[in-house]
Amino acid sequence: MGTESIVVSGVTKRFTMQYHRTLKQITIAALRRQPLGETFLAVDDVSFTVRQGEAIGLMGLNGSGKSTLLKLISGVMQPDGGTVRTRGRVAGLIAAGAGFHPQLTGRDNVYLNAAILGMSEAETKRKFDQIIDFAAVGKFLDTPTGHYSSGMSARLGFAVAAFAESDIFLADEVLAVGDQPFKKKCLQRMAEIKAEGRTLFYVSHSPGSVRRMCDRALVLESGRLGFDGPVDEGIHYLKYDASDSRPEDDEIGADI
Amino acid sequence: MTTTQAAHPDRVPDEPLVAPGDHGGLHNVFRERYLLRLLVKKELQARYQGSFLGLVWSYVQPLVRFLAYYLVVGYVLGLNRGVQNFPLHIFAGMVMVHYFTETFSAGTRSIVRNGGLIQKLSMPREMFPVASMLVSGYHTLPQLGILLVAVLITGWDPTLADVGAGLLGFAIIATFGMALALLFSAANVFFRDFHNIVQTVGIFVTWSAPMIYPYDRIADLVGGTWIEQVYLANPIANGVLLFQQLFWIPTTDPDTTPIPLMPDHLLTRGLIVLAACLVILAFSQWVFSRLEGKFAERL
Repeated sequence: MGTESIVVSGVTKRFTMQYHRTLKQITIAALRRQPLGETFLAVDDVSFTVRQGEAIGLMGLNGSGKSTLLKLISGVMQPDGGTVRTRGRVAGLIAAGAGFHPQLTGRDNVYLNAAILGMSEAETKRKFDQIIDFAAVGKFLDTPTGHYSSGMSARLGFAVAAFAESDIFLADEVLAVGDQPFKKKCLQRMAEIKAEGRTLFYVSHSPGSVRRMCDRALVLESGRLGFDGPVDEGIHYLKYDASDSRPEDDEIGADI
Repeated sequence: MTTTQAAHPDRVPDEPLVAPGDHGGLHNVFRERYLLRLLVKKELQARYQGSFLGLVWSYVQPLVRFLAYYLVVGYVLGLNRGVQNFPLHIFAGMVMVHYFTETFSAGTRSIVRNGGLIQKLSMPREMFPVASMLVSGYHTLPQLGILLVAVLITGWDPTLADVGAGLLGFAIIATFGMALALLFSAANVFFRDFHNIVQTVGIFVTWSAPMIYPYDRIADLVGGTWIEQVYLANPIANGVLLFQQLFWIPTTDPDTTPIPLMPDHLLTRGLIVLAACLVILAFSQWVFSRLEGKFAERL
């Protein structure tokens, strides 16, 4: 058996932008010979292989297809062309926010989320205190998550994913919503995840944290894989190193 | 800085490479029983969120509906005189029709309502309509309890075949409701019109089964014609008749007028209809798995 953890080959994902949704709109547009919709490639013929335990920094400008690629790897979306294959359990946080049910309390959401990530009831109970400790939601644990602030919600979501048993950990702009102390905690936790030999797939706009965390960089440009190689060269490729970013921003990131 | 040396071959999970998000459909839903239980619990909480009376509404709505049917149809239209134990006839049918419409309508909305989870996490999406069906079943239990008390008070002497008929009727309604919920929940992601269709179908369903009128009305009107065959092929009508075979027929006296009438070969018809419902369920699952790859982007 090989040591590949993620194998992406020739993957394409096409999105359709619909201009018209109702029958009336569609009819009128058709009569006027206007286009009914337009498709574009969010991910365009991307191929790469990740071995177990590698830490990948996925970079690229907004709208370059990073989150879509993550959704394809996590199985939330299916590719239109090519194949994605993964080995073992996948956990993570996609598009800076957890899949929470706003009407359920933080506690119930932790159990539900953990179950979806493949954890049993006993496993969740064992890790529950760690998760709550990390997320630091305090007295809001038994409040519906709909009332949470975006930061609080992201903290809890990250905590569940970070303490779930997984072989692949996906982190999508996790640092974008947290405050400074939480960002530090996240980076620390991701370093632990990496040290445990799990595959880390980290999306970030912050060159400092990618440099610190990752062994390899992938850069997406309008859906195409523009660069695959050493982190420093990847950052240079994106011209993120030439910027006038202040040094203190560099480390934990102007994660916007 | 050197790269790509950090692989951990010692931690490679002892599993093959698989396509993520391929959960293998309906039968795998019942393997993940713990997750299903959590979803059912969540749905139970969500359905009466912020409501003061909560589960009591599960009794109030059927009760009001029952009274309306019974008073209007039984007394105003006078059907009460034409059917033995008419209240039981209505109520047995209503339990099944209500179970079906609840499964169908809640199931159809289930995927869209759980969009937040579906867009972020990968799981068998069939979970949601299945959970809706189980929750609707849970809400049917109090009604079944009331029905049971009512038949026992009236005097109830079912045979083993009657019990079989009742179970068969229930299986038909559950399978048919599940099949439509699966199909429409997927379709509803693409066009939200579908949950309006469901409401329209719900109205039709109430009148398509012998609930507020007895079967002998149908036999009088179209007995022996192909229309009767079509009527009996409807899974709702079929399921309701089978259910009444358990909860209504054993309370009646076959020798007094009005003589209760049931279609011939009821059990055989039921088995055929159940087989057809299973085929429809398989078809719905096939359509669902075709469409589910697009859920995350269309929600």
